[in-house]
Amino acid sequence: MSQLRWVAALAAAVVALVVQVSLFPHLAWNGVVPNLCLLVVVAAALTVEAPFALLLGFAAGVMLDLAPPADHVAGRWALALTVVAFLTARLRQDVRPTALAVVATVAAASFVGTSLFALTGILLSDPAMSVSGLLEVVLVAVVWDVLLTPFVLPPLMKLFARLSPQWAGE
Amino acid sequence: MGAFGGHDGRERRWRGLDRLESRNRAPRSLLVALVLASITLITLDVSGGASSPLEPVRGAVGEAFGPAEAVAAGAVRPFTSVPAWFRSKGDLADEVRELEASNAELRGQVELAGFDRNRLSQYDGLTSAATDLGHALVPSRVVAVGSRQSQSFTITIDAGSSAGVGPDMTVVNNDGLVGRVLRVTSTTATVLLIIDPDSTVGGRVGSSMEIGFVNGSGTLDEDAGLDLRLVDDASVPSRDDTVVTWGSTSGPYSPGVPIGTITEVYSSLREASQRAVVKPFVDFSSLDVVGVMVPSGSASDRALVEADGSLR
Repeated sequence: MSQLRWVAALAAAVVALVVQVSLFPHLAWNGVVPNLCLLVVVAAALTVEAPFALLLGFAAGVMLDLAPPADHVAGRWALALTVVAFLTARLRQDVRPTALAVVATVAAASFVGTSLFALTGILLSDPAMSVSGLLEVVLVAVVWDVLLTPFVLPPLMKLFARLSPQWAGE
Repeated sequence: MGAFGGHDGRERRWRGLDRLESRNRAPRSLLVALVLASITLITLDVSGGASSPLEPVRGAVGEAFGPAEAVAAGAVRPFTSVPAWFRSKGDLADEVRELEASNAELRGQVELAGFDRNRLSQYDGLTSAATDLGHALVPSRVVAVGSRQSQSFTITIDAGSSAGVGPDMTVVNNDGLVGRVLRVTSTTATVLLIIDPDSTVGGRVGSSMEIGFVNGSGTLDEDAGLDLRLVDDASVPSRDDTVVTWGSTSGPYSPGVPIGTITEVYSSLREASQRAVVKPFVDFSSLDVVGVMVPSGSASDRALVEADGSLR
C-alpha cells in the first residue's frame, strides 16, 4: 500500500509539473502560473502522515529544480516545498479540515513557499530582482493557487486518504 | 442535545489529539535532514558554476521530462488556437485596412530611401557573396515555459541534439532575437530569453554603429523589456533607433540579428553613462515557432531552413 501511495504521489507531482509548464503558460497572468506541485504537496500534508509529506515535498521540489525550463540554482524549490510540507503538517488539525480551512492553508502555503523561494534567490542573488516585483509575483501566485484549489485539492486529498486507510479515520 | 453533541465532539477531539501526537510526532530530524539536503544541492550548484555536478542530473531529468512536455504542448495546441476562430469579418477587415496603411507607409519610406538602399544592397550582396552567411535555421516550437515564480525567463523547445542544436546557439523568430540555448537533451533544448535578468547580449545601435550591452530587465512588460548601456559614454543613442547584435560568429549570439528599438534614453549622472530602454521586437508572452541558428549543412532530424529561404 505504501509503495502504491508513493507511485501515486510521484505520478501526481509529475503530471502537475508537466501541466504547469506546458498548459498554464497559455493562461498565465504576466508569466505567473499556478504552482500545481505546491498544491500536490499541500494535499499530501493535509491528508497523510508528516514524514511522507516532507519527503514528497522534497522530491517535488527537486523535480521543479531540474526539469527542463528551470535554470535557477538547484535545491531552491526543494527547500521551499520541504518547509511548506512541514508547516502544513504542523498546522493540520486532527478533524477533517473544512473547505475554508483548506483554502486558507493553501493561501498560506503558497505565500510561504513562493516567498521562501524568492528569499533564497535574494540571498544567492541568483537573478537580481526588485523586491516590489517579487511581492507582486508572490501575491498573484497566491491568487492563482487559491483559484485552482477547488479543482485540485479535493480529488487529491481523496486519493491520498484512500491510499492510506490507517490515517483516513474520520 | 447540544451539550451532548459538544461532549461527543470533545471526546473525539481528545482521541484525535492522542493520535495527532503519534501521527504528527515532529519529524524534526527529517525536516533538518531534508533542509540540509536542499542546502547541499544549492551549494553544489552554486560552487560548481557551469561545470556543476548537477548538470548531468539536469540532463537526465530533461531527457525524461522533454518528451512528456512535448506531448502535453501538442495536446494543448489545438485548444489555444480556438480564440482565433471567433474573429468576425469586421475584425479581419479592420486588420486588412491597418496592414494596408502600414504597408503603404513602409513602401513610402523604402522609396524615399532609394539611393541609400541601393548602395546598401550592393554592399550587402558583396559581403554575403564573400563570406556566405553560413547559417541555417532549425525550426521548432515552444513546449514549456518557466514560471515567473521561478524568477528565470526560460523556455523549452522541441528540438535537441538530434536536430543539430547545441549549447550557446542563437535562437530567433520571425521578429528578431529570442535568446540562446543553455543546454540540450536529445529531443529538447532549454533557451534563456534575452529578457532574463541574467542575460547580457552585445548590441549595436543601427544608426551610429556604437556598441554596448543589452541586459534583460526581468519583466514581460513589452515597453520596458531590455536595458542598453553603451561602451562609449559620450555617444547618446537616439529614440526609435534599431539595436542589433554584434556578437561573433563563434560566440553565443550571431551578429546582425535585430533585437529591438530604443524607446527612451536616460542619462545617469552618477555613472556618467547613457542608459536606454529597448523595446524588443519579439513578443515574449506569446512565443510559439522559433528557429535555432546552426551552421549551414549540419546534420539534423528535420528539414532546415537555409539562409536563402530554401528548405533542405
